[in-house]
Amino acid sequence: MDFSGLIDNFGPLTVTGLAQGAIIALFALGYTLVYGVLRLINFAHSEVFLLGTYACLFAWGLFGLDQNSAAPAVGPMLLYMLVGLIAAIIVSGAAALTVEFVAYRPLRRRNAPPLAFLITAIGASLFISEVVGVATHRNQTGVPPIIQARPVFTIGDTTVTNLQILIILLALVMMFALDRFINGSRLGRGVRAVAQNPDSAALMGVNKSRVIALVFLLGGLMAGIAAVMYDLKIGVTRYDAGFLLGIDAFTAAVLGGIGNLRGALLGGLLLGVLQNYAAGVFGSQWLHAASFVLLVVILLFRPTGLLGESLGRARA
Amino acid sequence: MLLEIDNVTLAYGRIQALHGISLTVGQGEVVALIGANGAGKSTTMRAISGLRPVSQGTIRFDGDDITKMRADLRVVRGVSQSPEGRGIFPGMTVRENLEMGAYTRKVRAEIDEDLQRAFTLFPRLKEREKQAGGTLSGGEQQMLAVGRALMSRPKLLLLDEPSMGLAPMLIQQIFDIIVEINQQGTTVLLVEQNAQQALSRAHRAYVLETGRIVKEGTGAELLNDPAVKDAYLGVA
Repeated sequence: MDFSGLIDNFGPLTVTGLAQGAIIALFALGYTLVYGVLRLINFAHSEVFLLGTYACLFAWGLFGLDQNSAAPAVGPMLLYMLVGLIAAIIVSGAAALTVEFVAYRPLRRRNAPPLAFLITAIGASLFISEVVGVATHRNQTGVPPIIQARPVFTIGDTTVTNLQILIILLALVMMFALDRFINGSRLGRGVRAVAQNPDSAALMGVNKSRVIALVFLLGGLMAGIAAVMYDLKIGVTRYDAGFLLGIDAFTAAVLGGIGNLRGALLGGLLLGVLQNYAAGVFGSQWLHAASFVLLVVILLFRPTGLLGESLGRARA
Repeated sequence: MLLEIDNVTLAYGRIQALHGISLTVGQGEVVALIGANGAGKSTTMRAISGLRPVSQGTIRFDGDDITKMRADLRVVRGVSQSPEGRGIFPGMTVRENLEMGAYTRKVRAEIDEDLQRAFTLFPRLKEREKQAGGTLSGGEQQMLAVGRALMSRPKLLLLDEPSMGLAPMLIQQIFDIIVEINQQGTTVLLVEQNAQQALSRAHRAYVLETGRIVKEGTGAELLNDPAVKDAYLGVA
């Protein structure tokens, strides 16, 4: 084992890991929100993200942009960012709602056992990812250079780019907004009520179906934003992009405590950073293996994740 | 009649829980439903509040058929329930739990007024205002469940075992409060194992046995009924 790679590159690995972790955290929110309310792992959430990565590419394509385009000036860049984010948010949000209405709601009406939900979840996930795979001939698609990664400042030997700052800031702002919404608004209180005791929530006049649709929508919106950030950071997307990063996001949600919004942020950032440290020590091919070892170790000592479950804390 | 239940049957899977129940609750009344464990008391309450769909029969409330209405919409119409097992939101503070009771209401000033009323009825809740619901004692949770059910300003308050698990002194107190709530204008339908207290406080009562109503009368009549005495009051 060689620690010199980690020690020499500690700063850059940390910053890269935080940016990667911020994307994972936004992605993880969808798993944690739906789990908190329904006790359901929505495996199709990875494809909600996947569709987001293509939605912004499609929107940018309307402006004639492709991977060979020149980087735009600041004015158009802001416009493209806005359009790309809106497209991804709409498509991911709509996809999340569609999955709920088509794959889950009919089962809930019939009081289906939990296993049935798991099967439709995996089915919906495979279906979407295969449709994208066939449509794109399983080739990867390049992302236009909307934001050119440029160094903004340097501390020691660690350079921080504008893109990394944008990704981390955007993730923090969205997390904060979501936290305020869930803990501060009337509708957010309805979400917490359904998570903590669905029957009591109905007795308070909370429309459970509407709350469920809302958490799918919120998870979809966050995944859409994560998808745009992913495109800009990685530079390509592919039909299995959702599956690969989805495993990280799900791991992050469990790591932080599934059902816990702040846990998703902590789990995402921690996972992103630790993956990069592990890559520094063992080489980047071990990145994903390292995250699973970490997950297993943490679950051995804290089965409820680092922060425990809060949305439905100690559900009666 | 504020509430009219006509020949309602309800099944959990293949197990028939209610075999054609009919009962009425008039405006301003306190009506008690007594019976042994498993007689169908809580099931009747769930049918009224909409947590369980009924198989047959009709439920009319305030002149309208609500048999197939969603539970959350019945709250808007004026039905409120303090459920069996209290149903407190464990991760919310006492105040947030009470605010949840007013979820369907909009006028802030009125909600604040009712919060004060709940704190006046249950001073203990005021002391625990910022504490998580899950950390309260059983008695405090019971007060919170009743206080929360009142926060929707219901026309009909359904109380499922309000004295369950309470110390004898608190049982007296909670029944005093139920009478007080009723005198302030709320109609009450009450499910109780504590038949003595329930019958002496209620205007009318029904006796439930294995999913059927076997007796009805005024509270006083049933208190003096030899069969009721024998089965539910623990006196020979």
